[in-house]
Parts: sequence; structure tokens; C-alpha cells
Amino acid sequence: MSAPTSQAPSLYAMTMDSRKCVGCSACVLACRAENAVPPGYTRDWVVKEIRGEFPVLSQVIRSERCNHCVDAPCVAVCPTGASFVDEHGTVQIDRDKCTGCKACIAACPYDARYVHTDGFVDKCTFCMHRVARGEDPACVSVCPTESLHFGDLNDPESSVSRLLAERKVTVLHPEAGTTPKLYFLS
Amino acid sequence: MNTEVIEILHGRTNPMIDPTLHAWGWEVPVYLFLGGVVAGLMILVPLLELRTGDKSRAFQHIPLLAAVLLSLGMGALFLDLEHPLHVYRFYMTFQPTSPMSWGSWILILVYPALVLGWAGGLADETRSWLSRLPGQGLLQQLVDLGLAQRRTVLWATVALGLGLGTYTGLLLGTMAARLQWNTAVLGPLFLVSGVSTGAALLLLLRGEKDRSHLLVRWDSMAIVVELALIAMMMIGFSTGGAGGHLAAASLLGGPFTPWFWSLVVVAGLLVPLGLNLMELRHRMAATLASPLLVLVGGLSLRFVLVAAGQASSFALLH
Repeated sequence: MSAPTSQAPSLYAMTMDSRKCVGCSACVLACRAENAVPPGYTRDWVVKEIRGEFPVLSQVIRSERCNHCVDAPCVAVCPTGASFVDEHGTVQIDRDKCTGCKACIAACPYDARYVHTDGFVDKCTFCMHRVARGEDPACVSVCPTESLHFGDLNDPESSVSRLLAERKVTVLHPEAGTTPKLYFLS
Repeated sequence: MNTEVIEILHGRTNPMIDPTLHAWGWEVPVYLFLGGVVAGLMILVPLLELRTGDKSRAFQHIPLLAAVLLSLGMGALFLDLEHPLHVYRFYMTFQPTSPMSWGSWILILVYPALVLGWAGGLADETRSWLSRLPGQGLLQQLVDLGLAQRRTVLWATVALGLGLGTYTGLLLGTMAARLQWNTAVLGPLFLVSGVSTGAALLLLLRGEKDRSHLLVRWDSMAIVVELALIAMMMIGFSTGGAGGHLAAASLLGGPFTPWFWSLVVVAGLLVPLGLNLMELRHRMAATLASPLLVLVGGLSLRFVLVAAGQASSFALLH
């Protein structure tokens, strides 16, 4: 991706192509290394879902993380404003304001958050420190099958906008009513 | 083709999150219980005075007891914080969509109401005894203010008690991600349970007989309303789609069934209701059994719902 140039703030989202993913977990390892995730914890993870009845089976592999929801329940329940939606529509955590009350953890339908060993709640940030430098999030940058794409929904030419226009798209637990911005292409 | 999920291999093993969420341990249900009891005391004691028209000598120190119990509850909550040094952050902001933020500010307002209610409700001899202690000037000021604004303080205490009791339930009820908590009934349910447990504590302390009689009647009414709210909660779950069905299932045959029905419904509500009715209808002597059971039931209600809620996630809906 390229650094944002338009005047309107970028609205970031991620697409994950479950037809391309081979479940190699490179995204998981890249995230751990990039964000110094404590041992035993993870900000993103791979899910393999097998459906059907033998011998007619289907397998879906997904790389999952925080969905950076438009209607983020974690932000709504946070008593201190530590969880917030930034100007690019991503959900972030201000560590200095977090008390570790864990209301956001209970409120997240995707169980995407955890308590960092230093006491604050932590999760995927969409690698905004990399995005600010014009780079893709670590998970996207290492994906060997290019099943992950990251970009600006306000830019019709971005890879995520084009994929969302061309492909059949689902989100996780739409019934939760959170309007996720991690889209799964099938 | 049958599209039923036959296996999910999950690569996430975050402590406290997987395989089942257990972010909140004993601290939160204990706080919710003590908050409910205090809410009950804040509603019942002023209403008793407003109803009977005179101050209860036996209950004159109840506001102080309420402050102590609330402090114990807040202490439990403090222990639950993963970053306790940041506790002051609750009071650097107000977040209108966060029940926890509402609760933090309600708790701050509760203390002055309790202190003024206590100072204005002291019996004459208690006041003269306290006047021999150091700092009596401040006490006299509190007593003067408490007496001058007695009705305002009493009604403010009732209003804050209603807020405190309701918020303890809404705290869970607004966590839409937990199927078991997806019901607005939790607000009134925890409030009414708080009134019942508050009445139970007052009955354990054995106040004046006429007031005890009134408290048993109020406790019985609260228990009946609680049973009705639990029935509404179950009806709501049964009509609440797949998520509601899963929530109902954990209480109807699932892992939390024995605790919920034995400790909460039978031992905590039906048996004390029966004992209360026998006392009221047949003039049988009051025992400590009914209030003790109500308190056990109220504590169990919080423990069961906090645990069942955490175990009920959207991940169960494939």
C-alpha cells in the first residue's frame, strides 16, 4: 500500500482470502515479532474449520484478528476511554488509560483481546505504526499466498476496495451487529 | 451436503481467553453481590423511615455498615483490576455508553449520601456519646446538615440505591458478546435481588418488631418479582434465536443447571418465600433461616450468571 495522500482521512480495512490461505501461520509469527507480543499470547491466529460429512468434506482456513468494528462494543463499554476508534476507523487502546478492568474483553464477540503481561489490555492494532510509514501491517507483508490485503475503503482504487467490489464477502458473526472491517473473501 | 461443523482447529490459546473466557473470577460476583446488598439497604432503610414516620434506633448505624460493605466490594473490584495503579482513570472522564463509568460515579455519590443519612438519623443518646469524641465540630456540622435536609437526603439515598442496584445488572446486561447476559432483565433482576438481600441483612440484625414484619412483607414481594423476572429472562431466551437458545440451554440441562436451580431458585427464592409466608400467614416465629438463604441465593445468582455469561460466547454459534 502507499501512504495516504488524499485529504479525507483513510478508512482502513483488511480482506482475508480463505481460498488462498494455506494456514502456514506466517502472519501469526510476523505479528509476534513485529509487536513484541508476550510468549504464549497472540494478536492474530489461524482457524481451520472442517464441515460436512465424510467423505464429502470442506475445509476453510482463516487468519483472524481484531475486526476493528464500526460499532465496536469494546469501545462502548470502556469506562476510561482507553479503547477508542481513531480517525482512520481502527480500534486502538491507550495503554496509559487502561485499568485492566476487562470489560472490553467480555464485550468482544470475537475474543480478540487479552491482558498483556504488563497489565493493560492488548490486541491487533492493524500495525498503525507501520501504516504511518506507508507500509502494510506485518501479517499482510509476509503472507506468502497474498491472501491478506490491507487498504483504504475511501479509495476506490485500493486493493481492498477492488476485492470487496469483485468478490463474495462475509464477515464473522454478523449477528453480533458490530459491522466488522475484517472481510473474508470466499 | 451436510454443512454441519465437525471440527474446528483453533490456533489461539491466549491465557484467560481460551478455551473459555474467564476474565472475571470471584471478585466481580462478590462486588455485584455487596453492591446489591448496599443498594437494598439504601432503598429500604430510608423507605422504612418515610413509611413509619420515625427513625429506627436499631438501624441507626446501617448507613455506616452500608459504606463498609460497599468499600469491601470496591476492594474486591480493585483486586480484579489488572493495572490497579491506573484506578484513578475511572475518575478522569465520564463515558456515557459505559455502565462501569456510570457505576464509578454513582459509587462516589453514594458515600456522602450515606454519611449524611447516618448523621441525621442518629439517636439523641448516640449523638451525645459521639460528641465526646475528637472531631465533634465536624460531626455536629454533618448532623445539622443531615437533620435540616432529612427528607432530601432520604430520597437521594433511595434514588442512588436504585441507580446502584440497576447498574450492577446492566454492567453484565450490556455485554452483547455474552449470550447469557443478552437480556435487559438483568438490570431489574439484580436491583430486586439487591432489595431482597438488603432486607435479609436487616432481618438478620433483628430490628424493631413492627419494622421486621414490614421487611418480611417487602422481602416476600421482592422474591415474587425476582421469580417473575427469572421467568421473563427464560422466555426472552427461548424466543431469542440461536443465541438465546444456547443461553437457555446452559440453565436448562447445561453445566450451570444444578447450581442455578438448587442454590438460586429453590434454596435462595422458593424456600425463603415459603418460610416468609408461613411467618406472615400463620404467625410462626421468625428464624434466621429465611434471611440466610436469601443471602446465599443472592450471592449464588451473581456467581452463576457471571460464570455462565463468560462461558457463553458467539464462538458457540457456528
